[in-house]
Amino acid sequence: MSDITKQALSELVENIKSKKLSSSEVTKAFVERSEKSKELNVYITEDYTNALNKAKKFDEKPNLDLKLPGIPMAVKDLFCTKDLRTTAGSKILNNFVPTYESTVTQNIWNEGAILMGKLNCDEFAMGSSNETSFFGNVQNPIDKNLVPGGSSGGSSSAVAAQLTPITIGTDTGGSIRQPASFTGTVGLKPTYGSCSRYGIVAFASSLDQAGPMAQNVKDCALLQEVISTYDEKDSTSIDFKRNEYSKELTKDIKGKKIGIPKEYRVDGMPKEIEDLWKKGIEYAKDCGAEIIDISLPHTNYALPTYYIVAPAEASSNLARYDGVKYGFRAEGENLIDMYEKTRSEGFGAEVQRRIMIGTYVLSSGYYDAYYLKAQKVRKLIKNDFDDAYKKVDAILTPSTPSSAFKIGEKTNDPVSMYLNDIFTVPVNLAGLPGISIPAGHDAKGYPLGLQIIGKAFDEQNILNIAYAMEEKINFKNNITDWWIK
Amino acid sequence: MSIDLKTIKHISKLSRISVDEKKAEKLAGDLNSIFDFIEKLNELKTDNVEPLTSVAETTLKLRSDKVKSKNLRDQVIKNSPKENEDYFVVPKVIE
Repeated sequence: MSDITKQALSELVENIKSKKLSSSEVTKAFVERSEKSKELNVYITEDYTNALNKAKKFDEKPNLDLKLPGIPMAVKDLFCTKDLRTTAGSKILNNFVPTYESTVTQNIWNEGAILMGKLNCDEFAMGSSNETSFFGNVQNPIDKNLVPGGSSGGSSSAVAAQLTPITIGTDTGGSIRQPASFTGTVGLKPTYGSCSRYGIVAFASSLDQAGPMAQNVKDCALLQEVISTYDEKDSTSIDFKRNEYSKELTKDIKGKKIGIPKEYRVDGMPKEIEDLWKKGIEYAKDCGAEIIDISLPHTNYALPTYYIVAPAEASSNLARYDGVKYGFRAEGENLIDMYEKTRSEGFGAEVQRRIMIGTYVLSSGYYDAYYLKAQKVRKLIKNDFDDAYKKVDAILTPSTPSSAFKIGEKTNDPVSMYLNDIFTVPVNLAGLPGISIPAGHDAKGYPLGLQIIGKAFDEQNILNIAYAMEEKINFKNNITDWWIK
Repeated sequence: MSIDLKTIKHISKLSRISVDEKKAEKLAGDLNSIFDFIEKLNELKTDNVEPLTSVAETTLKLRSDKVKSKNLRDQVIKNSPKENEDYFVVPKVIE
């Protein structure tokens, strides 16, 4: 079977379970395609030899009752993987080998999947284009010199280019949904507390969530079902009844009330995005959903709030990188000098910028004016959603204000880069689940995504809506394998 | 509002990130444009709003304080940037 890598996860699982394919055949196919795809620069660390050995071992005694039996996959390099280098896309963690495994990845291996390697991402997940990575930018398989989105840019590119059947990313302000939108793939940011943060390199602890990325909604649902578990090692993990999302998936969304927030019609939004949104509303109606106009009045304040809260938390979380116990160290004349040089040489420009913003807003005399203010506005943003959900079951918006942009186009203007996350950031601030599904193309043929936002812990509902709409949309990605050598 | 070079140097000291003149100037420009954008929050009256500290509306759970991983010393030390057997090595702190 030469077209193994073209198969979506559910097909691969079925073929392995019915013994039409072995894990070794599947793993070999994805490894070979990955090896021919170096130009995309999606991998930071390859682990192909181990993957092939694990696949062989799986085939000797296959446990076909597992949910991901012998399925190879690469994961974002923000997840700690025991005995395999984990860099978070940073020079400062260039040589870091974790002594433990993140809960989310452990859940995946427990269901039979096999690690192929670690995927590129923005440094410490701070970025919207994968250009802040110490390991270089990633190419979007849609077109040469196009960013794949970020921060989970290696992940989105790898799924779109079919170098891995599925993957996981993390989403602090849009880092799963925006790259999914830019590459014509599906990405889910779960409810805060749904997936354990244990073993994920921390960026902004009150916002970070891991989530699945896949070629279709069904695969996304299956992976979500695997990674979402209560975990006592994460003190904000929430103990709620989790569904078997893929089994309970249904296209019957008749009578579901879907809200359209007028504040998401932002100034300067391209007509293509507006048209896509209108089309999305029609698709939802075709599926039997009821469309209701709603208001989320504080939407415009979400990004400024985010750019206080996230850097503040980052500045605390990243205080641990001091060159003492692990990671990169620059030599200094004394201890303080060593700290300062280590952090100045070890962190990239965007990370330093955010640490400085965070340090400033938390510093004496400015805490109330910035950090406390932002926490209060965050409450208003959450209240907006609470009010809206008295009237609707879910909310439909565009995923991003534009399609993917060129590499280098926005690197000199931090604020214009930040504006990319305008539709995704409010969801993180309110701790809600959101999914991006590909819904069309712009005039250049680049994919555009729609976002469905749900109530907290209501992943099943937004997966169902996405599943129903996916069928109506019938999206096809235009990928020509231009990078294959 | 404007963040001047003196403030940048102060924040860089608090952040334990060394900056030279050129970097400080670049940072001042970037931070000023970011803070211009952040100032938008001042349009909102928030006197009677409770700050949101966590979206997870649960109380923290207690667990027993048990050691679960053992004998990781060698692995942990292996990650240290300075070669040695038993300790983390740093520049001399006490004269």
